[in-house]
Amino acid sequence: MKQFFNNQNLDQIRQFGTFFGLIALCLLFTILSPYFLTTSNLLNVAQQSSIIAVISVGMTFVIITAGIDLSVGSVLAFSGVVMASVLHAGLPIPLGILVGLGVGFSCGLLNGLLVSYGKIPPFIATLGMMSIARGAGLWFTDGRPISGFDDSFRYLATGEIFYVPVPVIIMIVVYIVAHLILTKTKMGRYTYAIGGNEKAAVLSGINIKLYLNIIYGIAGLLSALGAVMLTARLNSAQPIAGIMYELDAIAATVIGGTSLFGGKGTVIGTLIGALIIGVLRNGLNLLGVSSFIQQIVIGSVIIGAILLDTNLKMRKN
Amino acid sequence: MTESCVLRMESISKSFPGVLALDKVQFELLKGEVHVLLGENGAGKSTLMKILSGAYVKDEGEITIDDNLIEIESPAHAQKLGIGIIYQEFNLNPYLSVAENIFLGREPTILPGIIDWKKIYRDAQDILDSLCVEIDAKQIVETLGVAMQQMVEVAKALSLNARILIMDEPTASLSNKEIEALFKTIKKLQDDGVAIIYISHRLEEIFRIGNRVTVLRDGKYVDTKPVSELTKDEMVKMMVNRDLDDHIPKIKAEIGDVVMEVENVSVKDRLQDISFKLRKGEILGIAGLMGAGRTRLAKTLFGAEKISKGKILVDGVEIHMNSPRDSINAGIGLVTEDRKNEGLILDLSVKQNVCLPNMNKFINSGLINSRIENQAVDNYIDKLNIKTPTRNQLAIYLSGGNQQKVVLSKWLCSDAKIFIFDEPTRGIDVGAKTEIYQLMNQLVAKGVAIIMISSEMPEILGMSDRILIMRNGRIAGELSDTDASQEKIMNHALGEAYEAVL
Repeated sequence: MKQFFNNQNLDQIRQFGTFFGLIALCLLFTILSPYFLTTSNLLNVAQQSSIIAVISVGMTFVIITAGIDLSVGSVLAFSGVVMASVLHAGLPIPLGILVGLGVGFSCGLLNGLLVSYGKIPPFIATLGMMSIARGAGLWFTDGRPISGFDDSFRYLATGEIFYVPVPVIIMIVVYIVAHLILTKTKMGRYTYAIGGNEKAAVLSGINIKLYLNIIYGIAGLLSALGAVMLTARLNSAQPIAGIMYELDAIAATVIGGTSLFGGKGTVIGTLIGALIIGVLRNGLNLLGVSSFIQQIVIGSVIIGAILLDTNLKMRKN
Repeated sequence: MTESCVLRMESISKSFPGVLALDKVQFELLKGEVHVLLGENGAGKSTLMKILSGAYVKDEGEITIDDNLIEIESPAHAQKLGIGIIYQEFNLNPYLSVAENIFLGREPTILPGIIDWKKIYRDAQDILDSLCVEIDAKQIVETLGVAMQQMVEVAKALSLNARILIMDEPTASLSNKEIEALFKTIKKLQDDGVAIIYISHRLEEIFRIGNRVTVLRDGKYVDTKPVSELTKDEMVKMMVNRDLDDHIPKIKAEIGDVVMEVENVSVKDRLQDISFKLRKGEILGIAGLMGAGRTRLAKTLFGAEKISKGKILVDGVEIHMNSPRDSINAGIGLVTEDRKNEGLILDLSVKQNVCLPNMNKFINSGLINSRIENQAVDNYIDKLNIKTPTRNQLAIYLSGGNQQKVVLSKWLCSDAKIFIFDEPTRGIDVGAKTEIYQLMNQLVAKGVAIIMISSEMPEILGMSDRILIMRNGRIAGELSDTDASQEKIMNHALGEAYEAVL
């Protein structure tokens, strides 16, 4: 009995449950709308979800360490406008992208330093960064968007490889790498260890400060990658981009089964979580449900997922 | 002192999973007496007092208060019965005034919800004055010293009409002058007919203020005697005089070269001038009372505490321990006292826990080689006989003994040659205990050196080749295994108080 109802089983049931939820949603929308189950619409969902999905990977790492990153949306906007301005200044595209990623990584690293060395609760550190990065982006651009890019840059949003949109490919690559890191590397193991029990992790010789810095840095880096994708799609970098993205990313992570208390979670779950949000938005749009009501539905889904989690946990204990 | 009996506890038993904490213990308290409760760590004093104060519910036995049979249901019920307890850690809100603390949760009101401030301050001041302490009821608790905060606790208990007052090591953090003041207050309470249960390890105090002593040992009642009829030697004997036929399967290993030298190590305000040498194949026992600094020493030797003075050498080379990583690299492993919070990551699997301190062993061009990892873990599961369905079982689902074996595997996996055990068999059932001892035997047979901190006398005496006794952050004595006895260890552990009586 105990053996059957062990935690791993429950986690698998949980993961399967999320996946089942996604399938059920798809079935529901297929029945309700003739347009849902078409290749172009499904690719559309994947493309629309890709940015949030990429940001959510960083969020998943951070949340597994029992932290949180509220600054991802602002960091996205800030790194986007910096990248846009250096591109406009004539920097070659790959270099411009690198600059953008560098800005994102630096913001994330700063979060990490505040959390690890400054011993500030992640909620507060990243709340501060959320405001700082937003302000920096607005100040940097004087509040104006930077628009108009080379077609070769826009290819990152509009291009296709074997009919698959480039953003979807970026997303898949990010998830494969992240999954490998979490399951196959020392850093992945340490990520779970830090979130599972920081004290025991320290006493096992893990340099938790170093790894926290890296993990928050990665979260910032992936926000900047989101900025690259968004800028390419909109053909414009806006200092007010990415508002509320942090909430979508947290929602995707949590719906995907990552525990806000840390120590548990998978990026596969997060991908499913991001897709659930994407499918919900898309399906409700197809059905002509107003965006106001969509917010209510998505909020309910988040709460439902957590309720399910807590109940499973209670049964476990 | 009148002779009327205010409290009688008879055949009190209480068990926790795997441990019988109290076994038919009796205790009797007379009006106006100071009754000392004496015993080693884990003798059952706290459990008995927690039952009396309603924090625990007894399994068996009878409690009579003023000749009425009573079932104490909760702390609130105990309060109502006139039982007050003053813990070592105070339960005061530091940011409220003395009066607010005394009447917290039962403030006098003028109208519902409106506090009668005049009355609250006046009443609080009356109680404080009756204790002859100079505290202003309006003062904020945070601004008071430890001794005065303790008086606030006493006042709080009295405001609840406590007639039975439990004091748990009340002098532990007081200066001599403050202790005198406390004793004066105790005398005064006694004169007013309050009965006091006094827990302390300081024998000197017991002779000063105690009327009678009840000694507990291993959860059992030993005896109750008037203090005046006892000498300190007799007290120590009552505390430790147990049958040592405890089947501890010690196998002596060949003792080799020195592997670790600790030279004058101090940790600010906590440890002073600790020096010792540890040899291959040796089990060095470290005894002492709770708070003597043993766990601090373990953490210090493991790089988890900042050393303010002194040095640590392993194989003759000085190790600069800035973090546990440094000591792990030097071949030291710490089996912590608190397995669940410090030793293991409960939500990770057996495998993940075992491999954590030495992941590099399993990394091949950046990736974890699962095959080697699985082999290694299966090997430990097999060798240490860890009872787990699979290596992927989460640590949280293992029993205490098996969890301890996982912790051991961690350090075996990181090739430790010095093991520090902090209370290695705490919360582990008897069968698993023997297994842990056998594993320790196997370790020393392979030339590993062990430092074993333990509060259990049979364990210390049974397993150690040599015993250090700590007191107040210092090493108070050293005994060889042939020379050691329960009395000698206890005498060193009690230390100064004992000498003061001489």
